[in-house]
Amino acid sequence: MEFKTLVFYFFSTIVLLAALGVILARNPVYAVLSLVAAFVGASGVWMLLEAEFLAITLVLVYVGAVMVLFLFVVMMLDIDPARLREGFWRYLPLALLVGALLLGEMTLVLNGDWFQAMQAPAAAGAEYSNTQALGRVLYTLYAYPFELASLVLLIAMIAAVSLTHRKREGVKRVDPAQQVKVKRNERLRVVSMPVEKEEDAAPVATAGES
Amino acid sequence: MENILLPLENFFGQLWPLVWSIVKIVLILIPLFLGVAYMTYAERKIIGAMQVRIGPNRVGPFGLLQPIADTVKLLFKEVILPLRANKLLYILGPVLALGPALVAWAVVPFADGWVYADINAGLLFLLAVTSVEVYGIIISGWASNSKYAMLGAMRATAQMISYEVALSFALLAVLMTSSSLNLGDIVASQGQGIGRDMGLSFLSWNWLPLLPMFVVYIISGIAETNRSPFDTVEGESEIVAGHMIEYSGMAFALFFLGEYANMILVSAMTAVLFLGGWLSPVSFLPDGFFWFALKMSAMLWLFLWARATFPRFRYDHTMRLGWKVFIPVTLVWLFVLAVWMMTPLSLWK
Repeated sequence: MEFKTLVFYFFSTIVLLAALGVILARNPVYAVLSLVAAFVGASGVWMLLEAEFLAITLVLVYVGAVMVLFLFVVMMLDIDPARLREGFWRYLPLALLVGALLLGEMTLVLNGDWFQAMQAPAAAGAEYSNTQALGRVLYTLYAYPFELASLVLLIAMIAAVSLTHRKREGVKRVDPAQQVKVKRNERLRVVSMPVEKEEDAAPVATAGES
Repeated sequence: MENILLPLENFFGQLWPLVWSIVKIVLILIPLFLGVAYMTYAERKIIGAMQVRIGPNRVGPFGLLQPIADTVKLLFKEVILPLRANKLLYILGPVLALGPALVAWAVVPFADGWVYADINAGLLFLLAVTSVEVYGIIISGWASNSKYAMLGAMRATAQMISYEVALSFALLAVLMTSSSLNLGDIVASQGQGIGRDMGLSFLSWNWLPLLPMFVVYIISGIAETNRSPFDTVEGESEIVAGHMIEYSGMAFALFFLGEYANMILVSAMTAVLFLGGWLSPVSFLPDGFFWFALKMSAMLWLFLWARATFPRFRYDHTMRLGWKVFIPVTLVWLFVLAVWMMTPLSLWK
Protein backbone atom coordinates (compact mmCIF):
# COMPACT_ATOMS: atom_id res chain seq x y z
CA MET A 1 0.00 0.00 0.00
CA GLU A 2 1.24 3.43 -0.90
CA PHE A 3 1.73 6.00 1.87
CA LYS A 4 -0.67 8.33 0.09
CA THR A 5 -3.42 5.71 0.37
CA LEU A 6 -2.84 5.52 4.09
CA VAL A 7 -3.18 9.31 4.37
CA PHE A 8 -6.35 9.17 2.30
CA TYR A 9 -7.90 6.57 4.61
CA PHE A 10 -6.85 8.61 7.62
CA PHE A 11 -8.66 11.71 6.35
CA SER A 12 -11.69 9.77 5.15
CA THR A 13 -12.03 8.14 8.56
CA ILE A 14 -12.03 11.58 10.15
CA VAL A 15 -14.68 12.80 7.71
CA LEU A 16 -16.92 9.75 8.24
CA LEU A 17 -16.64 9.71 12.04
CA ALA A 18 -17.16 13.46 12.25
CA ALA A 19 -20.17 13.29 9.91
CA LEU A 20 -21.67 10.59 12.12
CA GLY A 21 -20.95 12.83 15.10
CA VAL A 22 -22.90 15.68 13.50
CA ILE A 23 -26.11 13.66 13.34
CA LEU A 24 -25.66 11.54 16.48
CA ALA A 25 -24.35 14.07 19.04
CA ARG A 26 -26.94 15.00 21.65
CA ASN A 27 -25.27 18.29 22.45
CA PRO A 28 -25.65 20.79 19.56
CA VAL A 29 -22.25 22.31 20.34
CA TYR A 30 -20.63 18.90 19.85
CA ALA A 31 -22.54 18.53 16.58
CA VAL A 32 -21.16 21.84 15.28
CA LEU A 33 -17.62 20.96 16.37
CA SER A 34 -17.95 17.60 14.59
CA LEU A 35 -18.95 19.45 11.45
CA VAL A 36 -15.79 21.55 11.80
CA ALA A 37 -13.74 18.36 12.07
CA ALA A 38 -15.52 17.01 8.97
CA PHE A 39 -14.58 20.15 7.01
CA VAL A 40 -10.95 19.85 8.09
CA GLY A 41 -10.91 16.18 7.04
CA ALA A 42 -12.48 17.01 3.68
CA SER A 43 -9.89 19.73 3.20
CA GLY A 44 -7.20 17.10 3.72
CA VAL A 45 -8.77 14.86 1.07
CA TRP A 46 -8.92 17.78 -1.39
CA MET A 47 -5.28 18.50 -0.67
CA LEU A 48 -4.48 14.94 -1.75
CA LEU A 49 -6.28 15.67 -5.01
CA GLU A 50 -3.81 18.55 -5.57
CA ALA A 51 -6.61 21.09 -5.23
CA GLU A 52 -4.73 23.17 -2.68
CA PHE A 53 -6.62 26.40 -3.34
CA LEU A 54 -10.02 24.80 -2.70
CA ALA A 55 -8.68 22.87 0.30
CA ILE A 56 -7.28 25.94 2.03
CA THR A 57 -10.29 28.07 1.09
CA LEU A 58 -12.55 25.45 2.66
CA VAL A 59 -10.73 25.89 5.96
CA LEU A 60 -10.53 29.66 5.57
CA VAL A 61 -14.19 30.26 4.70
CA TYR A 62 -16.12 27.42 6.31
CA VAL A 63 -14.02 26.58 9.36
CA GLY A 64 -12.67 30.08 9.97
CA ALA A 65 -15.81 32.13 9.42
CA VAL A 66 -19.09 30.30 8.74
CA MET A 67 -18.78 27.65 11.44
CA VAL A 68 -17.57 30.19 14.00
CA LEU A 69 -20.79 32.13 13.52
CA PHE A 70 -22.73 28.86 13.65
CA LEU A 71 -21.08 27.96 16.94
CA PHE A 72 -21.76 31.46 18.19
CA VAL A 73 -25.47 31.11 17.49
CA VAL A 74 -25.74 27.55 18.84
CA MET A 75 -24.03 28.57 22.08
CA MET A 76 -26.38 31.48 22.61
CA LEU A 77 -29.61 29.66 21.82
CA ASP A 78 -31.32 27.51 24.39
CA ILE A 79 -31.89 24.41 22.27
CA ASP A 80 -33.97 21.57 23.62
CA PRO A 81 -32.62 18.30 22.14
CA ALA A 82 -35.96 16.53 22.67
CA ARG A 83 -37.76 19.02 20.45
CA LEU A 84 -35.18 18.55 17.71
CA ARG A 85 -36.01 14.85 17.63
CA GLU A 86 -39.72 15.44 17.12
CA GLY A 87 -41.28 14.22 13.89
CA PHE A 88 -38.51 11.75 13.09
CA TRP A 89 -40.88 9.28 11.41
CA ARG A 90 -42.77 11.97 9.56
CA TYR A 91 -39.60 13.27 7.83
CA LEU A 92 -38.05 9.85 7.29
CA PRO A 93 -39.37 9.26 3.73
CA LEU A 94 -38.09 12.65 2.56
CA ALA A 95 -34.73 12.04 4.21
CA LEU A 96 -34.44 8.62 2.55
CA LEU A 97 -35.20 10.18 -0.82
CA VAL A 98 -32.50 12.83 -0.39
CA GLY A 99 -30.10 10.14 0.81
CA ALA A 100 -30.81 7.96 -2.22
CA LEU A 101 -30.25 10.92 -4.54
CA LEU A 102 -26.87 11.67 -2.91
CA LEU A 103 -25.90 8.02 -3.12
CA GLY A 104 -26.78 7.99 -6.83
CA GLU A 105 -24.74 11.11 -7.51
CA MET A 106 -21.75 9.72 -5.66
CA THR A 107 -21.90 6.41 -7.51
CA LEU A 108 -21.90 8.33 -10.76
CA VAL A 109 -18.86 10.36 -9.74
CA LEU A 110 -16.87 7.58 -8.11
CA ASN A 111 -17.48 5.10 -10.93
CA GLY A 112 -17.05 7.83 -13.54
CA ASP A 113 -14.70 5.69 -15.59
CA TRP A 114 -17.09 2.80 -15.73
CA PHE A 115 -20.09 4.88 -16.79
CA GLN A 116 -17.78 6.89 -19.05
CA ALA A 117 -19.37 9.99 -17.54
CA MET A 118 -16.20 11.45 -16.05
CA GLN A 119 -12.52 11.04 -16.68
CA ALA A 120 -9.90 11.30 -13.98
CA PRO A 121 -7.76 14.42 -14.52
CA ALA A 122 -4.23 13.98 -15.76
CA ALA A 123 -1.53 14.37 -13.12
CA ALA A 124 -0.22 17.93 -13.02
CA GLY A 125 3.45 18.85 -13.10
CA ALA A 126 5.36 20.26 -10.14
CA GLU A 127 5.23 23.80 -11.54
CA TYR A 128 1.46 23.73 -11.91
CA SER A 129 -0.26 26.24 -9.63
CA ASN A 130 -3.83 25.40 -8.82
CA THR A 131 -4.57 28.95 -7.64
CA GLN A 132 -3.25 30.52 -10.83
CA ALA A 133 -5.20 28.12 -13.06
CA LEU A 134 -8.44 28.77 -11.18
CA GLY A 135 -7.92 32.52 -11.27
CA ARG A 136 -7.20 32.51 -14.97
CA VAL A 137 -10.35 30.57 -15.79
CA LEU A 138 -12.57 32.55 -13.40
CA TYR A 139 -11.51 35.96 -14.69
CA THR A 140 -11.33 35.20 -18.39
CA LEU A 141 -13.59 32.39 -19.55
CA TYR A 142 -16.18 32.66 -16.79
CA ALA A 143 -15.79 36.36 -15.98
CA TYR A 144 -19.48 37.28 -16.46
CA PRO A 145 -21.00 34.29 -14.62
CA PHE A 146 -18.48 34.88 -11.83
CA GLU A 147 -19.36 38.56 -11.49
CA LEU A 148 -23.05 37.68 -11.66
CA ALA A 149 -22.66 35.15 -8.85
CA SER A 150 -20.88 37.68 -6.67
CA LEU A 151 -23.62 40.21 -7.38
CA VAL A 152 -26.28 37.69 -6.33
CA LEU A 153 -24.36 37.06 -3.11
CA LEU A 154 -24.08 40.78 -2.45
CA ILE A 155 -27.82 41.24 -2.96
CA ALA A 156 -28.52 38.30 -0.65
CA MET A 157 -26.29 39.86 1.98
CA ILE A 158 -27.97 43.25 1.77
CA ALA A 159 -31.39 41.58 1.82
CA ALA A 160 -30.49 39.58 4.92
CA VAL A 161 -29.30 42.69 6.71
CA SER A 162 -32.35 44.75 5.77
CA LEU A 163 -34.77 41.92 6.67
CA THR A 164 -33.33 41.37 10.13
CA HIS A 165 -32.70 45.02 10.91
CA ARG A 166 -35.29 46.32 13.36
CA LYS A 167 -35.96 50.05 13.52
CA ARG A 168 -36.61 50.94 17.11
CA GLU A 169 -37.97 54.24 18.33
CA GLY A 170 -36.33 56.29 21.00
CA VAL A 171 -32.89 54.74 20.78
CA LYS A 172 -30.04 57.04 21.66
CA ARG A 173 -27.29 56.95 19.08
CA VAL A 174 -23.77 58.23 19.08
CA ASP A 175 -22.48 60.05 16.02
CA PRO A 176 -18.68 59.93 16.12
CA ALA A 177 -18.39 62.75 13.56
CA GLN A 178 -20.38 65.03 15.86
CA GLN A 179 -18.33 63.92 18.83
CA VAL A 180 -15.13 64.83 17.08
CA LYS A 181 -16.46 68.25 16.05
CA VAL A 182 -17.13 69.30 19.65
CA LYS A 183 -15.21 72.41 20.66
CA ARG A 184 -13.84 72.92 24.11
CA ASN A 185 -16.05 75.93 24.78
CA GLU A 186 -19.22 73.86 24.37
CA ARG A 187 -18.32 71.52 27.19
CA LEU A 188 -16.06 73.40 29.50
CA ARG A 189 -16.20 76.82 31.12
CA VAL A 190 -13.23 78.14 33.01
CA VAL A 191 -14.31 80.46 35.78
CA SER A 192 -11.83 82.74 37.36
CA MET A 193 -12.66 83.01 41.03
CA PRO A 194 -10.88 85.04 43.65
CA VAL A 195 -9.65 83.12 46.64
CA GLU A 196 -12.22 83.32 49.44
CA LYS A 197 -10.63 84.35 52.64
CA GLU A 198 -12.12 82.99 55.83
CA GLU A 199 -11.28 84.74 59.05
CA ASP A 200 -9.46 82.75 61.77
CA ALA A 201 -9.20 79.64 59.63
CA ALA A 202 -6.04 77.84 58.76
CA PRO A 203 -5.02 78.49 55.16
CA VAL A 204 -6.19 75.62 52.99
CA ALA A 205 -3.54 74.29 50.71
CA THR A 206 -4.77 74.72 47.15
CA ALA A 207 -3.51 72.46 44.45
CA GLY A 208 -2.57 74.02 41.15
CA GLU A 209 -6.16 74.29 39.89
CA SER A 210 -7.53 77.29 38.05
CA MET B 1 26.47 21.68 5.28
CA GLU B 2 25.38 18.81 3.03
CA ASN B 3 28.59 16.90 3.76
CA ILE B 4 28.26 17.24 7.52
CA LEU B 5 24.75 15.82 7.47
CA LEU B 6 25.55 12.93 5.14
CA PRO B 7 26.61 10.38 7.82
CA LEU B 8 23.41 11.15 9.77
CA GLU B 9 21.40 10.73 6.61
CA ASN B 10 22.94 7.31 6.02
CA PHE B 11 22.36 6.32 9.63
CA PHE B 12 18.63 7.05 9.58
CA GLY B 13 18.13 5.81 6.01
CA GLN B 14 14.44 5.83 5.07
CA LEU B 15 13.47 7.70 8.22
CA TRP B 16 15.76 10.64 7.40
CA PRO B 17 13.09 13.01 5.97
CA LEU B 18 10.99 12.52 9.10
CA VAL B 19 13.92 13.07 11.46
CA TRP B 20 15.12 16.12 9.52
CA SER B 21 11.59 17.62 9.62
CA ILE B 22 11.38 17.16 13.36
CA VAL B 23 14.80 18.77 13.79
CA LYS B 24 13.66 21.75 11.71
CA ILE B 25 10.42 22.08 13.71
CA VAL B 26 12.37 22.06 16.97
CA LEU B 27 14.77 24.64 15.52
CA ILE B 28 11.83 26.96 14.84
CA LEU B 29 9.82 26.32 18.00
CA ILE B 30 12.53 26.59 20.66
CA PRO B 31 13.58 30.12 19.67
CA LEU B 32 9.88 30.97 19.39
CA PHE B 33 9.18 29.84 22.96
CA LEU B 34 12.28 31.67 24.18
CA GLY B 35 11.04 34.71 22.26
CA VAL B 36 7.67 34.46 23.96
CA ALA B 37 9.29 34.15 27.39
CA TYR B 38 11.54 37.16 26.87
CA MET B 39 8.74 39.11 25.20
CA THR B 40 6.93 39.09 28.55
CA TYR B 41 10.12 40.33 30.18
CA ALA B 42 10.62 43.01 27.52
CA GLU B 43 6.98 44.06 27.87
CA ARG B 44 7.31 44.61 31.60
CA LYS B 45 10.65 46.38 31.27
CA ILE B 46 9.68 48.64 28.36
CA ILE B 47 6.27 49.59 29.71
CA GLY B 48 7.95 50.12 33.06
CA ALA B 49 10.41 52.52 31.47
CA MET B 50 7.60 54.34 29.65
CA GLN B 51 5.72 54.75 32.92
CA VAL B 52 8.88 55.75 34.83
CA ARG B 53 9.03 52.51 36.82
CA ILE B 54 11.83 49.98 37.02
CA GLY B 55 10.06 46.77 36.07
CA PRO B 56 11.20 43.31 37.19
CA ASN B 57 14.69 43.50 38.69
CA ARG B 58 14.83 40.92 41.48
CA VAL B 59 15.34 37.51 39.86
CA GLY B 60 18.81 37.26 38.36
CA PRO B 61 20.85 40.16 36.95
CA PHE B 62 18.49 42.93 35.74
CA GLY B 63 15.62 40.52 36.46
CA LEU B 64 16.60 38.48 33.42
CA LEU B 65 15.51 35.19 35.02
CA GLN B 66 12.00 36.51 35.75
CA PRO B 67 10.32 34.70 32.80
CA ILE B 68 11.84 31.41 33.95
CA ALA B 69 10.62 31.97 37.50
CA ASP B 70 7.15 32.72 36.11
CA THR B 71 7.16 29.56 34.00
CA VAL B 72 8.14 27.41 36.98
CA LYS B 73 5.41 29.01 39.07
CA LEU B 74 2.76 28.35 36.39
CA LEU B 75 3.96 24.75 35.93
CA PHE B 76 3.49 23.95 39.60
CA LYS B 77 0.09 25.58 39.97
CA GLU B 78 -3.01 23.44 40.04
CA VAL B 79 -5.28 23.45 36.99
CA ILE B 80 -8.72 24.03 38.46
CA LEU B 81 -11.78 22.61 36.74
CA PRO B 82 -14.88 24.70 37.43
CA LEU B 83 -17.97 22.90 38.63
CA ARG B 84 -20.25 21.78 35.75
CA ALA B 85 -17.70 22.86 33.16
CA ASN B 86 -17.50 20.75 30.04
CA LYS B 87 -14.27 18.86 30.85
CA LEU B 88 -13.23 17.80 27.35
CA LEU B 89 -13.79 21.19 25.73
CA TYR B 90 -12.38 23.01 28.76
CA ILE B 91 -9.03 21.27 28.23
CA LEU B 92 -9.25 21.47 24.44
CA GLY B 93 -9.75 25.26 24.45
CA PRO B 94 -6.23 26.38 25.43
CA VAL B 95 -4.67 23.72 23.18
CA LEU B 96 -6.65 25.03 20.20
CA ALA B 97 -5.64 28.58 21.08
CA LEU B 98 -1.93 27.75 20.97
CA GLY B 99 -1.86 25.17 18.13
CA PRO B 100 -2.61 27.41 15.13
CA ALA B 101 -0.22 30.07 16.43
CA LEU B 102 2.56 27.48 16.13
CA VAL B 103 1.40 25.85 12.87
CA ALA B 104 1.48 29.19 11.06
CA TRP B 105 5.27 29.38 11.47
CA ALA B 106 5.64 26.55 8.95
CA VAL B 107 5.46 28.97 6.01
CA VAL B 108 7.30 32.00 7.42
CA PRO B 109 10.58 32.59 5.54
CA PHE B 110 13.33 33.69 7.95
CA ALA B 111 15.91 34.33 5.27
CA ASP B 112 16.46 33.39 1.63
CA GLY B 113 15.46 29.71 1.53
CA TRP B 114 15.15 29.39 5.31
CA VAL B 115 11.59 28.19 5.43
CA TYR B 116 10.10 24.96 6.74
CA ALA B 117 7.45 24.52 4.02
CA ASP B 118 8.03 26.52 0.84
CA ILE B 119 4.50 26.14 -0.54
CA ASN B 120 2.91 28.10 -3.35
CA ALA B 121 -0.22 28.98 -1.40
CA GLY B 122 1.72 30.21 1.64
CA LEU B 123 -0.26 33.39 2.23
CA LEU B 124 -3.55 31.52 1.88
CA PHE B 125 -2.34 28.87 4.30
CA LEU B 126 -1.44 31.55 6.79
CA LEU B 127 -4.86 33.19 6.54
CA ALA B 128 -6.60 29.83 6.97
CA VAL B 129 -4.54 28.81 9.98
CA THR B 130 -4.90 32.12 11.78
CA SER B 131 -8.65 32.07 11.18
CA VAL B 132 -8.89 28.82 13.14
CA GLU B 133 -7.42 30.48 16.22
CA VAL B 134 -10.75 31.88 17.32
CA TYR B 135 -11.99 28.36 18.18
CA GLY B 136 -9.73 28.15 21.21
CA ILE B 137 -11.27 31.29 22.62
CA ILE B 138 -14.90 30.55 21.81
CA ILE B 139 -14.70 26.93 23.05
CA SER B 140 -12.98 27.83 26.31
CA GLY B 141 -15.47 30.65 26.87
CA TRP B 142 -18.41 28.31 26.47
CA ALA B 143 -16.92 25.32 28.31
CA SER B 144 -16.03 27.37 31.40
CA ASN B 145 -19.71 27.68 32.30
CA SER B 146 -19.19 31.25 33.46
CA LYS B 147 -20.88 34.50 32.45
CA TYR B 148 -17.74 36.57 32.07
CA ALA B 149 -16.03 33.87 30.06
CA MET B 150 -19.02 33.65 27.71
CA LEU B 151 -19.12 37.44 27.27
CA GLY B 152 -15.40 37.49 26.55
CA ALA B 153 -15.75 34.69 24.01
CA MET B 154 -18.57 36.51 22.23
CA ARG B 155 -16.61 39.73 22.04
CA ALA B 156 -13.54 37.88 20.81
CA THR B 157 -15.44 36.08 18.07
CA ALA B 158 -17.09 39.21 16.75
CA GLN B 159 -13.87 41.22 16.90
CA MET B 160 -11.58 38.64 15.32
CA ILE B 161 -13.97 37.89 12.46
CA SER B 162 -14.48 41.60 11.74
CA TYR B 163 -10.80 42.47 11.67
CA GLU B 164 -9.97 39.41 9.62
CA VAL B 165 -11.86 41.01 6.72
CA ALA B 166 -9.79 44.20 6.83
CA LEU B 167 -6.62 42.16 7.31
CA SER B 168 -7.37 40.01 4.27
CA PHE B 169 -8.04 43.07 2.12
CA ALA B 170 -4.67 44.50 3.15
CA LEU B 171 -3.06 41.20 2.17
CA LEU B 172 -4.89 41.29 -1.18
CA ALA B 173 -3.07 44.50 -2.05
CA VAL B 174 0.29 42.85 -1.34
CA LEU B 175 -0.82 39.92 -3.44
CA MET B 176 -1.68 42.18 -6.36
CA THR B 177 1.69 43.91 -6.38
CA SER B 178 3.77 40.76 -6.00
CA SER B 179 1.44 38.48 -8.03
CA SER B 180 2.39 35.49 -5.91
CA LEU B 181 1.05 33.70 -2.84
CA ASN B 182 4.49 32.35 -1.95
CA LEU B 183 5.95 34.35 0.94
CA GLY B 184 9.51 33.98 -0.36
CA ASP B 185 8.48 35.40 -3.74
CA ILE B 186 6.64 38.24 -2.01
CA VAL B 187 9.85 39.26 -0.25
CA ALA B 188 11.89 38.87 -3.44
CA SER B 189 9.42 41.05 -5.37
CA GLN B 190 10.04 43.88 -2.90
CA GLY B 191 13.74 43.89 -3.70
CA GLN B 192 13.30 45.61 -7.06
CA GLY B 193 12.06 48.95 -8.29
CA ILE B 194 13.11 52.58 -8.42
CA GLY B 195 14.30 52.67 -4.80
CA ARG B 196 16.52 49.64 -5.35
CA ASP B 197 18.11 51.24 -8.40
CA MET B 198 18.98 54.31 -6.32
CA GLY B 199 20.64 52.11 -3.70
CA LEU B 200 17.89 52.79 -1.15
CA SER B 201 16.01 49.49 -1.24
CA PHE B 202 13.80 50.36 1.70
CA LEU B 203 11.95 52.82 -0.53
CA SER B 204 10.75 50.03 -2.82
CA TRP B 205 9.40 47.82 -0.01
CA ASN B 206 5.64 47.54 0.13
CA TRP B 207 5.17 49.85 3.10
CA LEU B 208 5.63 53.02 1.03
CA PRO B 209 3.50 52.38 -2.09
CA LEU B 210 0.88 50.60 0.03
CA LEU B 211 1.05 52.96 2.99
CA PRO B 212 -2.71 52.98 3.80
CA MET B 213 -2.73 49.17 3.70
CA PHE B 214 0.33 49.06 5.93
CA VAL B 215 -1.40 51.20 8.56
CA VAL B 216 -4.61 49.16 8.30
CA TYR B 217 -2.62 45.94 8.58
CA ILE B 218 -0.79 47.00 11.73
CA ILE B 219 -3.91 48.25 13.50
CA SER B 220 -5.94 45.20 12.42
CA GLY B 221 -3.06 43.00 13.54
CA ILE B 222 -3.22 44.53 17.01
CA ALA B 223 -6.99 44.04 17.06
CA GLU B 224 -6.72 40.50 15.72
CA THR B 225 -4.35 39.48 18.53
CA ASN B 226 -6.67 41.14 21.08
CA ARG B 227 -3.92 43.38 22.33
CA SER B 228 -4.32 46.77 23.97
CA PRO B 229 -5.93 49.19 22.97
CA PHE B 230 -8.33 46.61 21.48
CA ASP B 231 -8.25 44.24 24.45
CA THR B 232 -11.94 44.56 25.30
CA VAL B 233 -11.94 40.77 24.90
CA GLU B 234 -10.01 40.48 28.15
CA GLY B 235 -10.99 43.87 29.55
CA GLU B 236 -9.79 43.43 33.14
CA SER B 237 -11.92 46.27 34.43
CA GLU B 238 -15.21 45.09 32.89
CA ILE B 239 -15.18 41.33 32.35
CA VAL B 240 -12.15 40.46 34.48
CA ALA B 241 -10.22 38.38 31.95
CA GLY B 242 -12.82 37.23 29.44
CA HIS B 243 -12.46 33.69 28.21
CA MET B 244 -9.51 32.82 30.46
CA ILE B 245 -11.10 33.84 33.75
CA GLU B 246 -11.56 30.26 34.99
CA TYR B 247 -8.16 28.98 33.89
CA SER B 248 -5.15 28.57 36.15
CA GLY B 249 -1.69 27.07 36.02
CA MET B 250 -0.50 25.60 32.74
CA ALA B 251 -3.90 25.92 31.03
CA PHE B 252 -3.71 29.67 31.54
CA ALA B 253 -0.07 29.64 30.45
CA LEU B 254 -1.11 28.08 27.12
CA PHE B 255 -3.40 31.05 26.39
CA PHE B 256 -0.59 33.36 27.33
CA LEU B 257 1.83 31.53 25.05
CA GLY B 258 -0.72 31.63 22.23
CA GLU B 259 -1.26 35.38 22.58
CA TYR B 260 2.44 36.18 22.53
CA ALA B 261 3.21 33.69 19.75
CA ASN B 262 0.49 35.42 17.73
CA MET B 263 1.99 38.83 18.40
CA ILE B 264 5.36 37.60 17.19
CA LEU B 265 3.66 36.02 14.16
CA VAL B 266 1.89 39.25 13.20
CA SER B 267 5.20 41.12 13.55
CA ALA B 268 6.94 38.53 11.37
CA MET B 269 4.15 38.82 8.78
CA THR B 270 4.42 42.60 8.72
CA ALA B 271 8.17 42.26 8.24
CA VAL B 272 7.69 39.77 5.38
CA LEU B 273 4.78 41.46 3.61
CA PHE B 274 5.49 45.16 4.04
CA LEU B 275 9.06 45.63 5.29
CA GLY B 276 10.99 43.48 2.86
CA GLY B 277 11.67 40.45 5.10
CA TRP B 278 15.36 39.60 5.10
CA LEU B 279 16.32 42.32 2.60
CA SER B 280 18.75 44.98 3.69
CA PRO B 281 17.48 48.59 3.63
CA VAL B 282 20.48 49.90 1.67
CA SER B 283 22.38 48.19 -1.12
CA PHE B 284 25.84 48.31 0.43
CA LEU B 285 24.89 46.11 3.38
CA PRO B 286 24.32 42.35 2.93
CA ASP B 287 20.84 40.77 3.21
CA GLY B 288 20.26 38.25 5.95
CA PHE B 289 18.26 36.88 8.85
CA PHE B 290 19.59 39.73 10.97
CA TRP B 291 17.39 42.26 9.15
CA PHE B 292 14.30 40.10 9.54
CA ALA B 293 14.88 39.82 13.29
CA LEU B 294 15.44 43.55 13.54
CA LYS B 295 12.23 44.42 11.68
CA MET B 296 10.28 41.92 13.76
CA SER B 297 11.62 43.40 16.99
CA ALA B 298 10.71 46.90 15.84
CA MET B 299 7.14 45.75 15.16
CA LEU B 300 6.95 44.04 18.56
CA TRP B 301 8.14 47.23 20.17
CA LEU B 302 5.29 49.03 18.39
CA PHE B 303 2.84 46.62 20.05
CA LEU B 304 4.23 47.52 23.48
CA TRP B 305 4.33 51.21 22.68
CA ALA B 306 0.66 51.14 21.69
CA ARG B 307 -0.20 49.32 24.90
CA ALA B 308 1.59 51.87 27.05
CA THR B 309 0.12 54.84 25.17
CA PHE B 310 -3.54 54.35 24.32
CA PRO B 311 -6.53 53.85 26.61
CA ARG B 312 -8.76 50.89 25.81
CA PHE B 313 -11.25 51.40 22.98
CA ARG B 314 -14.90 51.09 23.86
CA TYR B 315 -16.28 47.90 22.32
CA ASP B 316 -18.69 49.56 19.86
CA HIS B 317 -15.90 51.91 18.74
CA THR B 318 -13.69 48.92 18.00
CA MET B 319 -16.37 47.37 15.80
CA ARG B 320 -17.09 50.67 14.09
CA LEU B 321 -13.43 51.19 13.27
CA GLY B 322 -13.25 47.73 11.70
CA TRP B 323 -16.42 47.78 9.63
CA LYS B 324 -17.05 51.43 8.84
CA VAL B 325 -13.53 52.81 8.50
CA PHE B 326 -11.05 50.10 7.60
CA ILE B 327 -13.12 48.05 5.18
CA PRO B 328 -14.20 51.05 3.04
CA VAL B 329 -10.65 52.45 3.10
CA THR B 330 -9.14 49.15 1.98
CA LEU B 331 -11.80 48.64 -0.70
CA VAL B 332 -11.17 52.09 -2.19
CA TRP B 333 -7.41 51.62 -2.02
CA LEU B 334 -7.67 48.23 -3.74
CA PHE B 335 -9.55 49.94 -6.57
CA VAL B 336 -7.01 52.77 -6.76
CA LEU B 337 -4.20 50.22 -6.78
CA ALA B 338 -5.82 48.21 -9.56
CA VAL B 339 -6.13 51.33 -11.72
CA TRP B 340 -2.59 52.43 -10.82
CA MET B 341 -1.16 49.09 -11.88
CA MET B 342 -2.80 49.42 -15.29
CA THR B 343 -1.37 52.89 -15.99
CA PRO B 344 2.15 53.55 -17.32
CA LEU B 345 3.02 54.97 -13.87
CA SER B 346 2.88 51.48 -12.39
CA LEU B 347 5.81 50.60 -10.12
CA TRP B 348 5.26 46.87 -10.52
CA LYS B 349 6.26 45.53 -13.89
